[in-house]
Amino acid sequence: MSRVLTSFGRSGAAFAALVILLIALWLGAAIGETAIPFSIVAQTVANRLWNAGYPLEPIDEGIIWSYRLSRAVVAAACGAALALSGAVLQSLLRNPLADPYILGISAGASTGAVSVAILGFGAGMLTMPLGAFLGAIIAFVLVSVLAVKAGRGTAAIILAGVAGSQLFNALTSFIVTKAATAEQARGIMFWLLGNLSGVRWPDAWLAVPAALIGLALCLWHARALDAFTFGSESAASLGISVRRTHLALVGVSAMMTAAMVSIVGSIGFVGLVIPHAARMLVGVRHGILLPAAALIGAVFMIVADILSRTLIPGQVLPIGVITALVGAPAFAFILGQRRARA
Amino acid sequence: MTLSADHVTWSAGGADILKDVSLAVEAGEFLGIIGPNGSGKTSLMSLLAGIRRPKSGAVFLDGTPIGELGRRAVAQRLAFVEQQAETGERITARQAVELGRTPYLGPLSPWTAQDDGIVDAALKNVDMVLLADRFWHTLSGGERQRLHIARALAQEPGILLLDEPTNHLDIGHQISLLDLVQRQDPTVVAALHDLNHAAMFCDRIAVMQGGRLVAIGPPREVLTEGLIRDVFGVDVDIEQDSGGICHIRFRTRRSQGRTNRAPTAPLSAMGA
Repeated sequence: MSRVLTSFGRSGAAFAALVILLIALWLGAAIGETAIPFSIVAQTVANRLWNAGYPLEPIDEGIIWSYRLSRAVVAAACGAALALSGAVLQSLLRNPLADPYILGISAGASTGAVSVAILGFGAGMLTMPLGAFLGAIIAFVLVSVLAVKAGRGTAAIILAGVAGSQLFNALTSFIVTKAATAEQARGIMFWLLGNLSGVRWPDAWLAVPAALIGLALCLWHARALDAFTFGSESAASLGISVRRTHLALVGVSAMMTAAMVSIVGSIGFVGLVIPHAARMLVGVRHGILLPAAALIGAVFMIVADILSRTLIPGQVLPIGVITALVGAPAFAFILGQRRARA
Repeated sequence: MTLSADHVTWSAGGADILKDVSLAVEAGEFLGIIGPNGSGKTSLMSLLAGIRRPKSGAVFLDGTPIGELGRRAVAQRLAFVEQQAETGERITARQAVELGRTPYLGPLSPWTAQDDGIVDAALKNVDMVLLADRFWHTLSGGERQRLHIARALAQEPGILLLDEPTNHLDIGHQISLLDLVQRQDPTVVAALHDLNHAAMFCDRIAVMQGGRLVAIGPPREVLTEGLIRDVFGVDVDIEQDSGGICHIRFRTRRSQGRTNRAPTAPLSAMGA
């Protein structure tokens, strides 16, 4: 049923989404090794944003504002961006297993980021996010060429992605082993697993705009993505310029993935699993699917981050471990379902 | 609205698939394109739809080379139903038809009640109103093909291009689908497999062989025993009924070889 959504219904849904997101952020700030009451979280935010002047313990305020809240905001942006990339790639390639991690885009972005950070590639002209973007694009082009040579099918793209991921991960390891100091190497290996530990507010200034711009660009193409339901020839006959749409959307996905990888490392399975969950909840129309995927991705990542901080007392798990623990069984489930339908 | 191909050539992988094909579609007609497998029917259809560009020559839509019109402008005038377009998405029948409004909707323009009306009419036209809320994967081949045609009709095209619309349908669905297509207002160009169906439903027939157009005209002029033997390599008897429609009876190899048997045990032309 996709009758005309009244403007009231639409803004109501947007409002509900915002409330859910704020609650998740609030939880992200309140829950941790030392639980901090929700009221203190609210007062901290009020102090920082509006100079409300509540008398608070500087330590609590510091933990909430500088550590947990920045982290939760970046986690949300990251989850939204990865879920959007996954949703877009799945629809564009008509492949339920497509996501930036599996297609090797994340691995390429890692290699690009590491090249800039350690090798000084680009001689100061390139920042880490830009290096990651170039790496992501190169990886996608390589994987696409490989997939076309391997016969285009669903399996071919996934296999090409596996090969691409391995190649770029090996390149990353090579660069790190050869050029990095021991300390750099340890930091980078931890980062590669997907990690939000070092995240602070400046990271949010990259992550949030990347996610929001990505969401806007994807929504701009929502109808075009719908038109790909029956394949690219069908999209072309519905008036979509297939090549331009492909370029734009793969570019947006690579941009979002690269931005997130340069901040938190490559986090798997979010882009794969969240779009499927969103489809089950709101259906296949991209006008609703994309915002829903972004919201669910954001909330999922905040929750995964909370778990990564609290699951083992005194230890922080890389967030990639949590997403993989949830995502891998879901991946298996989707594989099984496809088989049942075929 | 006019559509024509002017000396178009197309090749893939070094092999020439279409060689110097020219034809003009007449307004309001049902033009059938027939020919053996690999004769270039599908390639010709996608050139006419503007999805592929000819290597040389040009396809003209209303006098303008189709490559110079934007994709969206083409999609508002001409709808194309490709062979066997499938999806694994959990899309409903109605949503599949709604895709037909895509050429008229921009990123910011909202879906309107008028769009709903056009979709309703298209569903009604193909007799799929009752199944509108069913999921795609629960529908039969015939129902899916009807929805593809409804989707094309929702584009409100002047010309409807159909590539083997009856493939994989049983005979009852084949006939009812072609009957449905014949009743439509737009000009129809359809690649067809079955010669009898082409004879029954088409105003004119174009015959393709080895990438060339070898004949075009009304069925009873084009479908001759000689042409069918040359193009398809089968021997046939052709009869015309009182309505002027020709019926093709295929002679089996066996009946040709043994003269002591009843001369013809006609097999209906089932496309194979």
